[in-house]
Amino acid sequence: MNLLGKLDWSAIPFNQPIIMGASGGVVVVIVAILAWVTLKGYVPYLWREWITSVDHKRIGVMYIILALIMLLRGFSDAIMMRAQQAVAAGGSQGYLPPEHFDQIFSAHGTIMIFFMAMPFVIGMMNFVVPLQLGVRDMAFPTLNSVALGLTASGILLTNISLAVGEFSKAGWVAYPPLSELQYSPGVGVDYYLWSLQISGVGTLMTGINFVATILKTRAPGMSYMRMPVFCWTSLAANLLIVAAFPVLTATLTMLLLDRYLGFHFFTTDGGGNAMMYVNLFWIWGHPEVYILVLPAFGIFSEVVSTFSGKPLFGYRSMVLATMAICVLSFVVWLHHFFTMGAGANVNGFFGVMTMIIAVPTGVKVFNWLFTMYGGRIRFTVPILWSIGFMVTFVIGGMTGVLMAVPPADFQLHNSLFLIAHFHNVIIGGTVFGLMAGYNYWFPKAFGFMLDERWGRISFWCWLIGFYLAFMPLYALGLMGMTRRMQHYDVASWQPWLIAAALGVVVILAGIVSQIIQLVVSIRDREKLKVTADPWNGRTLEWATASPPPPWNFAVLPQVTGIDALWQKKRRGRTQAEPLKEREFEPIEVPKNSATGFIIAFFAVIAGFAMIWHIWWMAGVGAIGVFLTMLAFAFRDEEEIEIPAERIARFEQANPAEIAV
Amino acid sequence: MRYGLLAVLIGVAMLGGCSEGVLDPKGPIAAADRQILLNSLGIMLAIVIPVILATLGVAFWFRESNTRARYRPNFAYSGRLEMLVWSIPAMTVFLVGGVAWVGSHDVSPRKPIVSSVKPLRIQVASLDWKWLFIYPDLGVASVNRLTIPVGTPISLELTSSGVMNSFFVPQLGSQIYTMAGMVTRLHLQADQPGTYRGFSAQFSGEGFADMHFDADAVTSEKFTQWLDGVRSAGPELNAKSYSDLVKPSTAVAPFTYRSVEPGLFDKITVSEMQSDDAMCRRYPTSMRAEQ
Repeated sequence: MNLLGKLDWSAIPFNQPIIMGASGGVVVVIVAILAWVTLKGYVPYLWREWITSVDHKRIGVMYIILALIMLLRGFSDAIMMRAQQAVAAGGSQGYLPPEHFDQIFSAHGTIMIFFMAMPFVIGMMNFVVPLQLGVRDMAFPTLNSVALGLTASGILLTNISLAVGEFSKAGWVAYPPLSELQYSPGVGVDYYLWSLQISGVGTLMTGINFVATILKTRAPGMSYMRMPVFCWTSLAANLLIVAAFPVLTATLTMLLLDRYLGFHFFTTDGGGNAMMYVNLFWIWGHPEVYILVLPAFGIFSEVVSTFSGKPLFGYRSMVLATMAICVLSFVVWLHHFFTMGAGANVNGFFGVMTMIIAVPTGVKVFNWLFTMYGGRIRFTVPILWSIGFMVTFVIGGMTGVLMAVPPADFQLHNSLFLIAHFHNVIIGGTVFGLMAGYNYWFPKAFGFMLDERWGRISFWCWLIGFYLAFMPLYALGLMGMTRRMQHYDVASWQPWLIAAALGVVVILAGIVSQIIQLVVSIRDREKLKVTADPWNGRTLEWATASPPPPWNFAVLPQVTGIDALWQKKRRGRTQAEPLKEREFEPIEVPKNSATGFIIAFFAVIAGFAMIWHIWWMAGVGAIGVFLTMLAFAFRDEEEIEIPAERIARFEQANPAEIAV
Repeated sequence: MRYGLLAVLIGVAMLGGCSEGVLDPKGPIAAADRQILLNSLGIMLAIVIPVILATLGVAFWFRESNTRARYRPNFAYSGRLEMLVWSIPAMTVFLVGGVAWVGSHDVSPRKPIVSSVKPLRIQVASLDWKWLFIYPDLGVASVNRLTIPVGTPISLELTSSGVMNSFFVPQLGSQIYTMAGMVTRLHLQADQPGTYRGFSAQFSGEGFADMHFDADAVTSEKFTQWLDGVRSAGPELNAKSYSDLVKPSTAVAPFTYRSVEPGLFDKITVSEMQSDDAMCRRYPTSMRAEQ
């Protein structure tokens, strides 16, 4: 028996200079960072304050750091694809053979959806939701840390595939029969499956955690109809996670059973039906779209209302629209494959259902418009992203509804028109929203503003780059260019693809500007320092210090209406009570726990071992995870008490501007 | 600038479509698809363009520095506006939804084309990575080139030898998946002679980029000539030569078979089936229900 399963030296592509260069560079950077951290003596600090932290704010920040790193990874895949298609016209094969090109587009999709957009959204919710609810932590703080660990494990496994073995060549949706053992015998699909399985479990934990937090732990007086809209959209997104992610897990498990144990769920023989996978995948996949975009809608609602100096127009309408989208997103999945040959009634039904989702979405756009109407709009970076979103997103929504018309989809399905459409809504919706949120809540998280000038430059580069990169793809789709082509023989497509490649370069400039923005802001942090409420905010997160203390609120806020902080402000700037008279009680906060880190460690071992068929090692990983959970279950104490004096000292140093 | 880009996009797409592609139909199905696409787009643009203009206009007018704009910090609800806000998208969707429902029935891929001309039956199989076209009534077959007579409805039955593909000739009309063990139906027709680009629109692995073919629409005289030429030369397609053909290969130059073993297509649709109930699965549950 081979102790290392399928793993041997041939798994590392020594003969591929591009791959070895890239992965070598990554390894060098990681080693350098680790060495620097160790030499500077930061390890105990990182361990104590970040890695074992169960503070939702720290966990949120770590999610977003992961997402930003993965944005760079996924974006470099995008650059490679655009460069390949810009040159591989006529007889040319470009510089990437199909084997690499197929891995790159599969990795790009997988990473951008699962490891960029998802952690970014979850990180944003982690940081903001408990603060907006006026509470001190999530319902299950350690579970939160485990979820982060599992997400990081999935990310790590996907990136290991760069150097050891290969990634999937079956696209980010991994449709069988192509993803079955018969047509994809390598470890690529296994990397895909195990990465998603492990991180998917983490995402489900997050979903449960948020649903529990939002439903059960809100500040006194905060009824459902007084929750900030971001909390509503987060609730909707997490309900979707809880309902949809088990479907993905089950579907991928069936594919795993096919590949590992010779089952026949989706094979071409033995009674399998690949179309079952396609259906199941999109029963998860379409709600996933709304998991990504609903929190972004929430961010825009907060940003537009804050910078217009007005309450959100039609709050009840917004809540209703959000929940309508939440429910409807489960009855539209078939529009991803009108071309499967279903009858006219089935296609017609799903087409119409899809369009009905456009109604609540349209309502949201109008409500943002009326929120700005009669406002006094301060053109800060977050609202630039929001207005950029409103303009861009209606175009993406329109092309989406267009493809919900079955006969139009018969012509546009799988074409670059489709690619343009979903980048139009995911970049124009989710990414713009996340960027708005990043600029909006950064001062809350770190106590200093992000540089305004570089923020604007970055926004304009992203916006112009986006239009330059994706409008040509709409045209190419209408010209009949299908997706995932490693090379093509129609010379008239090339100018469009070169334009799209230039667009990607402009977006790159936007990303570089963001990095510069961050560096410049850290350098000038003393100058950019802020107090609790730099934007003249409306919701509770702006009532506590920036950055908030581990206990968030020394005294839990009393909520009397929507926009709790704004109401207090309007009742006159009542100074906080004199500090001496204010009595602070000791606060219990959850105790740090290494559980998340250790479970992640064993999960990576188990996942890697399963990918390479190293059964003993998989057993070690699984038992390790189980024992860690057991140890956590038998813990003696779960909270530590923060003495009243420390809280009083903090409050003295950071006096509240408005008492809530 | 941004809506300018949109106009440019549409204008340019029209131009792009003039050469070849979705907006340059050469048959009734493609023409119907395009008409539905443009109708839906028109309905939506009527609402989308004003919304974009209004967004930019409102954002600009209510800028902080504009002292002429009235600040209404409590304007957060208006029943009439709410009514409007829900009904505008609802009306739009009502219209486009109607287009979708009717269109879905009008150009259903399964619906035969009404014509006085007798339809030509063609069986299509996607192999790794090439296309096999069998003319069951004519007893010939062709690889990577589809030759059809102009003005004749083409009745297609499609399947796959393994991996899923999508059969697509944009200028002739709708695409449809090809799936192992199942048969999908599609009806197309070319109204003008010409050579149209056909390809797989569903990624199917390493040789995918070369999985395209020419669809030659020719006059009926030329089609008869072509048929005579095919019948007089080339190999025979039978179980043995099929097993050679089905092996993965890339960028295969077009060629024809002078004869085809009867029933070969049915064997392809079940060839992957090794279990005893293979014959029952020839049509999947969904399609059995339809029959």
